[in-house]
Amino acid sequence: MSLHDPVAADAPLETTMMTIDGVRCAACIAKLEGGLRHVPGVALARLNFSTRRLRVDHGPALDMAGLTDAIGKLGFEAHPFVGEADKAGERESRRLMLALAVAGFAAMNIMLLSVSIWSGADGPTRTMFHWLSALIALPTVAYSGRPFFDSAWSALRRGRTNMDVPISIGVVLTTLMSLYETAIGGAHAYFDGAVMLLFFLLAGRFLDSVMRGRAQDGIAALLRNLPQDALVIGPDNSSVRRPVGELAPGMRVLVAAGERIAVDGVVESGESDIDRALVTGESAPERVTPGTLVLAGTINLSAPLTVRAKAVGPDTAIADIARLMESAGQSKSRYVRIADRASRLYAPAVHTLAALSFVGWLIAGAGVHQAASIAVAVLIITCPCALGLAVPIAHVVASGALMKIGVMVKDGSALERLAVVDRVLLDKTGTTTLARFAVVSGIPHDAAALSMLLALAQASRHPLSRAVADAAVEAGAQPAAVHELVEHAGLGIQGTFDGVVCRLGRADWVSDQPHPDQDQVEVAFRFGQAPLVHILLEDQLRPDAAQAFDRLQAMGLSPELVSGDSVTVVGRLAAELRVAGVARMSPADKHQRIVELEAAGHHVLMVGDGLNDGPALKAASVAMAPGTATDVGTLAADIVFLGERLMPVPLTIVVARRTMAVVRQNFALAIAYNAFAVPLAIAGLVTPLIAALAMSGSSLLVVGNALRLKRAAR
Amino acid sequence: MNGVLLLIPIALGLGLVGLAAFFWAARSGQFEDLDGAALRILIDDDADD
Repeated sequence: MSLHDPVAADAPLETTMMTIDGVRCAACIAKLEGGLRHVPGVALARLNFSTRRLRVDHGPALDMAGLTDAIGKLGFEAHPFVGEADKAGERESRRLMLALAVAGFAAMNIMLLSVSIWSGADGPTRTMFHWLSALIALPTVAYSGRPFFDSAWSALRRGRTNMDVPISIGVVLTTLMSLYETAIGGAHAYFDGAVMLLFFLLAGRFLDSVMRGRAQDGIAALLRNLPQDALVIGPDNSSVRRPVGELAPGMRVLVAAGERIAVDGVVESGESDIDRALVTGESAPERVTPGTLVLAGTINLSAPLTVRAKAVGPDTAIADIARLMESAGQSKSRYVRIADRASRLYAPAVHTLAALSFVGWLIAGAGVHQAASIAVAVLIITCPCALGLAVPIAHVVASGALMKIGVMVKDGSALERLAVVDRVLLDKTGTTTLARFAVVSGIPHDAAALSMLLALAQASRHPLSRAVADAAVEAGAQPAAVHELVEHAGLGIQGTFDGVVCRLGRADWVSDQPHPDQDQVEVAFRFGQAPLVHILLEDQLRPDAAQAFDRLQAMGLSPELVSGDSVTVVGRLAAELRVAGVARMSPADKHQRIVELEAAGHHVLMVGDGLNDGPALKAASVAMAPGTATDVGTLAADIVFLGERLMPVPLTIVVARRTMAVVRQNFALAIAYNAFAVPLAIAGLVTPLIAALAMSGSSLLVVGNALRLKRAAR
Repeated sequence: MNGVLLLIPIALGLGLVGLAAFFWAARSGQFEDLDGAALRILIDDDADD
């Protein structure tokens, strides 16, 4: 790809997969791939436009953050790839596709021969054409029928039956019957029917395998967030790095700035800011001083801390969440997909019908041969082509439509579960909001102050500082010549302008006097001894959050805001969005809330992003997460939506409802077809021509109906 | 009748060639990104270098 790049030549390449938001056209692909090719260390970048997945082969020097940055500069948004690549699932899909191709090829060729038989060939010509058909059909049935035979056999061995048992019996019996018919030079051979049956069934099976949710381990992802070792300080102040398994309560642990804390404990010395977003979902960094409780999995942001461990390993709060998620996951796996429910009823019904017609005709005085061919006709006619296609084709078309608006459905059954949802719970930070701060008020109007503010704010990469810098630029400021810029970790930035000290940061530090703690996020700015300027910031709402909530309300889903944040913040937001909001909810509270609603007979959709939402996402009937969510969030969710808008949430519900409507229509079509065709078959009136017409006709009808979903997401 | 004896094997042979081509295409990932393939023809190959 890029021979001019030395990294590609010698160093071993790493492959990173990610999901890209914002690619819409050919120019975007060229820009993204071309742009990445010029990033040092990147050997190959290839975007799969259908799945919005980008594969990058790169040298070991680049990491996820570096790549995300590079992609951000090109104007796209990259998220870590949702879920691991699933090799077993892909192999199964591919095997089904090849079997489908063989069946399709054989069906076409046999049909070619059958048409001439139907149009009047008889005598030796007909027998020769039948033999030719058999020549094509036998290897095809042996190859393409394998997925059904295997599954039927394994079910029978365990003394159970499934949809594949009648299918296998039907196909095998039909083939044998036709072979016998050919050998005696008979008129009706069903090779075309048997192979076409396999073709339609495999089509349904293939689409279904594409839509099957892959089992994903959200809990493993959660525990990945814990550091593997910690720096333990001995009694003699020596420090040793020890694996977490060897830690015990009472030990003193040194946590460097930027490091994740490995234990739950109390700060002994040091002052810093802690990013608790992982555990509590709270957006603002929290100030910690000696005596403050810190949790494992949170990140120490600004200065080294010494922590005395109170709980380690399985006793930490994060391990609690993991256990909660594990038990919550079981309720979701109890859901039975609609296709599986249909097939449970179906298998016994078909067997009985075929057996009854065989016995019935024998009693009525027909020979074994005639009774058997009628029973075979019944098996072939009732074979669930349309039924097998009804659900997966609708799911595939609907999720294709959703993909176009940036919604990724990880499991087809999620659409079924979403269609019956009657309650929606949304997390605040990162879900309803963007988890990105913006200034609401307090930017000075005076140009001199504004330019100093910009100069200070630009000097730091702290999220609040960057938000202030953005606001200042928007107000039209030019940075002033501020010198001696110093960033005080956890406090703010200081500089001098014309020999006068100016500061931007925490109010108590900037004013040098204690300042009451506030619910709202604020920073203060001061020039010399001038009065303190308070700048208030707020987590930015998603631009269409209000409309999305109104839409959910109008759909009768009574959306509810659940958050770990403070009462004031949640209350204000809930009032703005005109919905109910509950504040100060721990991960266990959210989980409990959902369990209660589900127990009361509701079907709940949980929309959340953080680790703290993990148990709730698992417990809900169906879960959605934004693409920016944590690993745990995206893995626990059934559906992931990309981009800044919240509207995909109600829109996906609308699509899910329409999909289920189509699925129901498809079932109705399949049943109507059976009600019409089965009596004919039992009466012995079905010829191979009628069987072929009925089978392909009903399947095409079902597919055509599902294709209407293509525009469902507009 | 003789024509048929010749034509049928030819028809089947051509079909098998098509099937083999499909197997090759599926194995080498030609169907991984259908939407992308539709767009990629619009990309100018030499605009980049």
